[in-house]
Amino acid sequence: MSGTYIKRPNRPLQIYAVIFLIVLYTPVLFIPMFSFNDSLYVRFPLQGFTLQWYGELWTREPVWNALWNSIKVGVVVSLISTLLGVVAARAITRYRMPGKSALVTFIMMPLVIPGIIFGVALLVLMSRMGVPLSLYTVTVGHLIVCLPFAVATLLPRFEGFDPSMEEASADLGENGWWTFWRVTFPMVFPGVIASMLLTFTISFDEFIMAFFLTGTDPTLPMYIWGQLRFPQEFPSVLALSSLILFVSFALVFVAQRIGRVGLEDEL
Amino acid sequence: MAETSLSQAKADPTPYKGSRLGGLLHRNETLRGYLLMSPTMVIMTVGILVPFIILLVMSFWTREGFGFDTTLTTTNYQRVWTEPIFGALLSRSFWISGVATVATVLLCYPMAYYVAFHVHRNKMMWIILMTLPFWTSYLLRVFAWKVILGYEGVINSGLMSLGLIEAPLEFLLYSQTAVIITLAHAWAAFAILPLYVSLEKIDKSLLEAATDLGDGPVTRFLRITLPLSMPGVIAASFLIFIPTTGDYITPALLGGPDGAMIGNFIQLQFGAVNNWPMGATLSIVLMLWISAIALVFLFVTRKAQEKIA
Repeated sequence: MSGTYIKRPNRPLQIYAVIFLIVLYTPVLFIPMFSFNDSLYVRFPLQGFTLQWYGELWTREPVWNALWNSIKVGVVVSLISTLLGVVAARAITRYRMPGKSALVTFIMMPLVIPGIIFGVALLVLMSRMGVPLSLYTVTVGHLIVCLPFAVATLLPRFEGFDPSMEEASADLGENGWWTFWRVTFPMVFPGVIASMLLTFTISFDEFIMAFFLTGTDPTLPMYIWGQLRFPQEFPSVLALSSLILFVSFALVFVAQRIGRVGLEDEL
Repeated sequence: MAETSLSQAKADPTPYKGSRLGGLLHRNETLRGYLLMSPTMVIMTVGILVPFIILLVMSFWTREGFGFDTTLTTTNYQRVWTEPIFGALLSRSFWISGVATVATVLLCYPMAYYVAFHVHRNKMMWIILMTLPFWTSYLLRVFAWKVILGYEGVINSGLMSLGLIEAPLEFLLYSQTAVIITLAHAWAAFAILPLYVSLEKIDKSLLEAATDLGDGPVTRFLRITLPLSMPGVIAASFLIFIPTTGDYITPALLGGPDGAMIGNFIQLQFGAVNNWPMGATLSIVLMLWISAIALVFLFVTRKAQEKIA
């Protein structure tokens, strides 16, 4: 990187950056902090350390059901959206297609349309087709939300890919499928893992679509939403939220690291 | 998607250019591309286009008892146009999202600037750090602000136990301020990424040239950095303003009666009020307004940029 004049550190900006990060993270950190607080009320001063709220969660049947629902939906969504993402990213980068940029814009549309509109639109579609609301309808909703992220994660992978590698493999006698398996796939593999982790996390945390499309089986965020009405449930909601936050942070952190392997120099 | 055209040129293996066979193969390539795209496109069409068309049709229906009167009328649209509550809700939603958008972009700009120009090692780590919270549950991030701003929340109880205030500050929770603070915090990542990308792209030699020609840091920023980063500012504004206008979680948890937005009203029509056609009409009206505002915004910034240039 050039830019000799700008090498000199800018103190105020540095301080601003640190404050920015603190403000960005602090709100979320209060949730785990109060989840260990030995009081029904979320307020200072803290009352002492307890694992009581976590213990309560452990024995609750509905929490486990909701968790299992969220995992089922998340796994299916991450597998399908990543598979479709791989296929789409491959088509976008490899083939010359008229109207390609319009197609890409179309795929990315869910990113710039209020989630509520997608939610009600899908709800109306399902009800007109007579499809009862269930985990399947939630899965369809999450698929729409996750696809743009899958494609966006996979595109740079396929773009940074040298097509002459595939040609070499073909010249050496591999057929199309083997070339894909042995040359293309290993090179885009980190992107595939990253996409699966990200789409799983998005689905696992997603609330807006689930709100409109859930039937009788709630996902975990829907369960939390239902519990927010009861003040006495506040501490156990905090405990559950802390666990979810921890898992999401870990998954996304790993996904981001893996997704950039070999692409580090590009940014 | 400027990169795609590049890779497209790279990935275009047309060794038989010119011959008829080549033309056929070439068309086959295109066909194969479309074929690969088709599953994704089918899902997106079924998931986006079809529901939208049905939503549009439903917006011309009316409620009848527990069902719908499917004769097409513009009754709902007339109601939205004439009854003041809808106009008030819409303008309040746009006001809240507008303020949140401006605040987010202003607050994130220096941060993106810092990472783009002053961080030289571990840039990637900084970007991950700045965007990580965005991937965690939106519901939980909003919930966190309820914990902080609540009547007996972190701020109030903290200030009280320090003896700085006697009674809880009531304006914190259930107000437009609470909604704006929460939205600005929750959508920060959406501002940072486009701002960072546009700042990073700026050719550093331009800045050196400006310095050599005698511009101070402020003039240099105003004349070079800011205009060149405008695409990022515009993208960030869109990415925050559009989704937040339809938000209903934040106003539902933190807004109170003064902070209710159009999203809450739409959700009510599909829930307790059970007037789906009205909900559909409101969704369509919201979409139309968003498109109109986006177009005006684009037009104004385009004009402003032309004036500068």
